[in-house]
Amino acid sequence: MLEMLQYDFMRNAFAAAAVVAIVAGTVGYFLVLRGQTFAGHALAHVGFTGATGAVLLGIAPIWGMVLATVAAGIGMGFMGERLAQRDVAIGLVLALALGLGLLFLHFFTAFATQATTLLFGNVLAVDMRTVWVLLALGSVSLATLAVISRPLLFASLHPELAEAKGVSLRLYSVLFLAIVALATAECAQIVGVLLVFALMVGPAAAAQRLTSAMAAGVLLSAVLALLEAWSGIALAYYTDWPSSFWITALSAAVYLIATLPRPMGRFASAAPR
Amino acid sequence: MNAVELRDVSLTLGGRTILAGIGLDIAMGEFVGVLGPNGSGKTTLMRAILGLVPPSRGSIHVLGQPATRGNPAIGYMPQARHFASDLRLSGRDFVASVSNGHRLGLPVRGRIARAEMEQALRLVGAQELARRPLAELSGGERQRLLLAQALIGKPQLLLLDEPLISLDPHRQQEVVDLVKTLKADLGIAVLFSAHDVNSLLGAIDKVLYLGSGQAALGTIDEVITGPVLSRLYGSHIDVVRVGGRIFVMSGSCCAETEEHRHEPAPADRQPRHSGHA
Repeated sequence: MLEMLQYDFMRNAFAAAAVVAIVAGTVGYFLVLRGQTFAGHALAHVGFTGATGAVLLGIAPIWGMVLATVAAGIGMGFMGERLAQRDVAIGLVLALALGLGLLFLHFFTAFATQATTLLFGNVLAVDMRTVWVLLALGSVSLATLAVISRPLLFASLHPELAEAKGVSLRLYSVLFLAIVALATAECAQIVGVLLVFALMVGPAAAAQRLTSAMAAGVLLSAVLALLEAWSGIALAYYTDWPSSFWITALSAAVYLIATLPRPMGRFASAAPR
Repeated sequence: MNAVELRDVSLTLGGRTILAGIGLDIAMGEFVGVLGPNGSGKTTLMRAILGLVPPSRGSIHVLGQPATRGNPAIGYMPQARHFASDLRLSGRDFVASVSNGHRLGLPVRGRIARAEMEQALRLVGAQELARRPLAELSGGERQRLLLAQALIGKPQLLLLDEPLISLDPHRQQEVVDLVKTLKADLGIAVLFSAHDVNSLLGAIDKVLYLGSGQAALGTIDEVITGPVLSRLYGSHIDVVRVGGRIFVMSGSCCAETEEHRHEPAPADRQPRHSGHA
């Protein structure tokens, strides 16, 4: 079991996945609570444009991704929740972002590998430096989230009341989407831009099914994300199948199990209708 | 000191005058039913009292102070029930997110905040049901939680915007009785908007009837009369009392119940009982 930890790339993979999963699970909980999961998905696609643009300019893709997602997140926040939840607008932006990314790659020679890595992730190729970058970015997003979490929850659950009490809905929408953007850029390093949903939304949605207490839900979401990411990497090591496949499969399976009707007993009240 | 004082207040929204030159006093501890056709300004008036809609003319005072946004002495239950009915969060967490919600930091609740929340839940009889996820509550039960939420922060004035919408008559009566008890126990003033005066009979002290930019405040007998309502509706209105109920008739149809037609009451979902039903 521990022999896989002999390799540097495996140790890096586990470390990177741990950082990203905890950030994604925590941020994802609020994303699901606010009903903005699709916005998170779109941000990942914008990240693809940023990453390919950065490659074209000779910069590390992660910085292009961070820049593009954060800019798009702030933009979405300013446009207001009404637009951020309008699926036609988001869907078009999403397609345009992928199309632009494709164009940028067209000008770049190492087309195929770069594209696959960005789209589907390759956690086994993460180096130590990237782990540190992920840790720094993750700390920034979690610290910011911690500072704004109370008014963010108030604004998410009671928007009209929050407005009446002098809380700026727009400010928290912008700040939160900027945090989501950072988390998305991180996630994309592990599972790629197309599969960010697996780490950001899957564990959070499952956790909300399993417990209705908020503090327990956030914790469970982060733990589930961590277990899914680590198990995915371990399974990839033994099967030689892509880790991103395993992570998405585990994420879907855990969500499915969480939504199953409970057996009788004290959880009977949680049965779906 | 009055709970609410309006002096020659005009409210405009997007160039449209909603209320023109209104003056009224609502005393402390008064339970006022706010009635009027759709678009007559019931919600706008509440938002003005909250300081969210500045009057284009005149002045609004709340508990002796000019109306300002963020007034902690006002408890508010908005009409647009934003929160999705599929929210898996517990009622307790939902209500708790209100306390000190405007302050930065982690949503950790101190002893005082917890005691205040339990007190609010107890007042509306929701201590048990607050354990369950919102998605599993009926409309009436969710209404109780929203009422609890409005009580956090020890308000002196409650603004309840259409708390009866989408509730069946039995649940409507429960909510009205609950508010009446709260008003008596806490001695606070209540503005309660509704479509049908009959649901509020026996509970309210006064009626505030809005229409055609004007307002009439007084007891039910003073306000719900043919001449007063004809002025507010801008057309001939008859008021008919049958068997202790009041029907506001415009021509041959019922003006007040007409308002309900656009709101096909989605049946109050039956609560799921967890064994101890």
